[in-house]
Amino acid sequence: MDFTYTETQDMIRDTLSRFLADTYDFETRQKFINSDEGRDPAIWTALAQELGMLGASFAEEHGGLGGGALENAIIMEEFGKVLGIEPYLPTVVIGGGALKAVGGAQADAMIPEIIAGNAIIAFAYAEPQGRYDLANLTTTAKKDGAGWVLNGHKSVVYAAPWATHLLVTARTGGGQRDRDGVSLFLIDAKLPGIVRRDYPTVDGNRASEIYFENVAVPGDALLGGEGAGLGLVEQIVDEATVAVCAEATGVMQKLHEGTLEYTQQRKQFGIPIAKFQVLQHRMVDMFMEVEQARSMTIMGALKLDLPAAERMAAVSSAKNKVSRGAKFVGQNAIQTHGGIGITQELAIGHYFKRATLIEGQFGSADYHIERFERLTLAE
Amino acid sequence: MDMEFSPEDLAFQKEVRDFIAENYPAELRGKQDEGEELSKEDFLAWHKILYKKGWVAPAWPVEYGGTGWTPTQRFIFSEETARADCIRLLPFGLSMVGPVIYTFGTPEQKARFLPRILSGEDWWCQGYSEPGAGSDLASLRTTAVRDGDHYVVNGQKTWTTLAQHADWGFFLVRTDKDAKQQEGISFLLIDMKSPGITVRPIITLGGEHEVNEVWLEDVRVPVDQRVYEENKGWTCAKFLLAHERTGIAGVAASKRGIEKVKAIARTELDGEKPLLQNPFFKRKVAELEIDLTALEFTELRGLAGPNAGKGPGPESSLLKIKGSEIQQRLTELTLEAVGHYGAPYFRGFGEGDNEHPIGPDYAHRAAPTYFNMRKTTIYGGSNEIQRNIIAKMVLGL
Repeated sequence: MDFTYTETQDMIRDTLSRFLADTYDFETRQKFINSDEGRDPAIWTALAQELGMLGASFAEEHGGLGGGALENAIIMEEFGKVLGIEPYLPTVVIGGGALKAVGGAQADAMIPEIIAGNAIIAFAYAEPQGRYDLANLTTTAKKDGAGWVLNGHKSVVYAAPWATHLLVTARTGGGQRDRDGVSLFLIDAKLPGIVRRDYPTVDGNRASEIYFENVAVPGDALLGGEGAGLGLVEQIVDEATVAVCAEATGVMQKLHEGTLEYTQQRKQFGIPIAKFQVLQHRMVDMFMEVEQARSMTIMGALKLDLPAAERMAAVSSAKNKVSRGAKFVGQNAIQTHGGIGITQELAIGHYFKRATLIEGQFGSADYHIERFERLTLAE
Repeated sequence: MDMEFSPEDLAFQKEVRDFIAENYPAELRGKQDEGEELSKEDFLAWHKILYKKGWVAPAWPVEYGGTGWTPTQRFIFSEETARADCIRLLPFGLSMVGPVIYTFGTPEQKARFLPRILSGEDWWCQGYSEPGAGSDLASLRTTAVRDGDHYVVNGQKTWTTLAQHADWGFFLVRTDKDAKQQEGISFLLIDMKSPGITVRPIITLGGEHEVNEVWLEDVRVPVDQRVYEENKGWTCAKFLLAHERTGIAGVAASKRGIEKVKAIARTELDGEKPLLQNPFFKRKVAELEIDLTALEFTELRGLAGPNAGKGPGPESSLLKIKGSEIQQRLTELTLEAVGHYGAPYFRGFGEGDNEHPIGPDYAHRAAPTYFNMRKTTIYGGSNEIQRNIIAKMVLGL
């Protein structure tokens, strides 16, 4: 048992943290999220080509550093601290995670493209009726010769406007909520028949509604077995869930630090408001949530390799705790700041917005505690 | 970073498990299962078995009788003893005054006291709180006035846990009335059989005689029973508080506690289904279990993380706050789970009393334990004081 980071892991964190300190201050971020493109593509290129960051969690045979979930967590936490909108989660954690899991020619072809910064993948899994149920799908893929024809509507696909590829869940069989019949496809984002409606999200990201209208997809776009993709989807969503827990930890840490700093400057009744015990204790409670979020992220990352039921219980306990903590820390950061906290002017409100969306990403606290109960308390 | 146990760790785990299975006293197990109040001999039985094995003080340095275990082995040991529901060793000697003596004591004090703490020959109690000095411990007013080779001690201590059994007590006393609060305090070891000491019981909400008032009237204490320098006792007190807080997380015991609550809630019916299937009750169990996992991994990060071996710092207040809250929630769920049979007042078994007490065994002490465990967020520095410590020492406020 060992809870220390390796030298390589420390180096990844330090390198990324220094790079982001130079390139990603709050004002710069606001500039590029408000630009037409919604991001600065040079940053992604630099992450790939100057820092080698996009290879941290891939095997050496694919040109990576040989890491995994912990490296993803380290990187996501750093992005959390600067409110990064880089598509690391859908491209590396989710797309890369699916490719690592299936291996073979598809992985050999795509992973080097991810590491080089050439491929951006968006994960088109949610549907208007499906809420957090990964199997609740009306999007269909019908066999057509050697390939497939996709039809359906995917909701709130983060990073889709920038994507070169889409990772899509679709039904190749079974009823709307059956476990069987779910398949996973990695397709070119520019195929004819893909219609996007792009929009900004409230946390500064870009996303799309995606409509597949008789999209012809080649046979080799299928990842894993036909109709047997749900297990793989659950696995990569669990990996992604741990990654957003890590991001949340970074966001929560900044919310807490920002609050500590502000309360030591802001004076009322002639003294800094940080002198008031009621606020001190609140900030201690926030601190404890940050520390526990970090603990649960590590716990989740370390348990991702366990058998599915144990893995899912662990990830759900992590996400439940982190979601509750993110709400507590976010709301109390705003409350402690007072009026200035609800303006666009300060960074604190923007951290609050991201924290709020992470609460529900890949399942709310309620969704995850229910899944945890189903897995551990059923009888 | 990993959670794997090495082959050596797994062998150690088996060794501990086997040792407990072969050596844990059956009579003590029976009393625990029946929820009986435990005698001095009960408390010491398991202590003495572990002492013979050399396992009674895993946290101590090897030179003073520690085991030299790795953090992982210590983790395994506490997991296994909790899993087997072994009685918790009393902390006053092993976790509190022992570390103070080996850290601050003279060679003579170490030789005189440490072996008898390990063997269980001396039972220790803690003379800290006073009627007017609770959270504001440094305002204590018990005085020790130098008279030749002795101090003459006068005052009143309170909340002194199990002092009715104690051979020795460690006391905070004021040796300089004119100094600033924390600076005039000394740390004395006092023989509880000294003339002038009176111990009076305080009965707590669960009906237990667990804590006492201790009165000291012209108690003569040899100067060589002062630990560390005169007027520097606060240093020992702070050190000890940090030690006390670590054990207080109680993760392994709370894990066992959750299993007990689940077992009760599988037995108790709510309509046609076990109580555990009541969605509201189930939700509380699940949330508690998740919060305990968060506490466990926070503790593990400290034990086996980058700061391992540096001793407990102020962040251990977090473990105390969250650990004590969880202990209380456990007793709350237990009482809720037993339903009607939380009400009968179980006074223990009288002499020759063969009648089975009212209600299921697991219900006998549900209410007294719930009442008793309100202490956890109050003792060892109340949770409000712990928040003050984090605010000051960690957050720099």
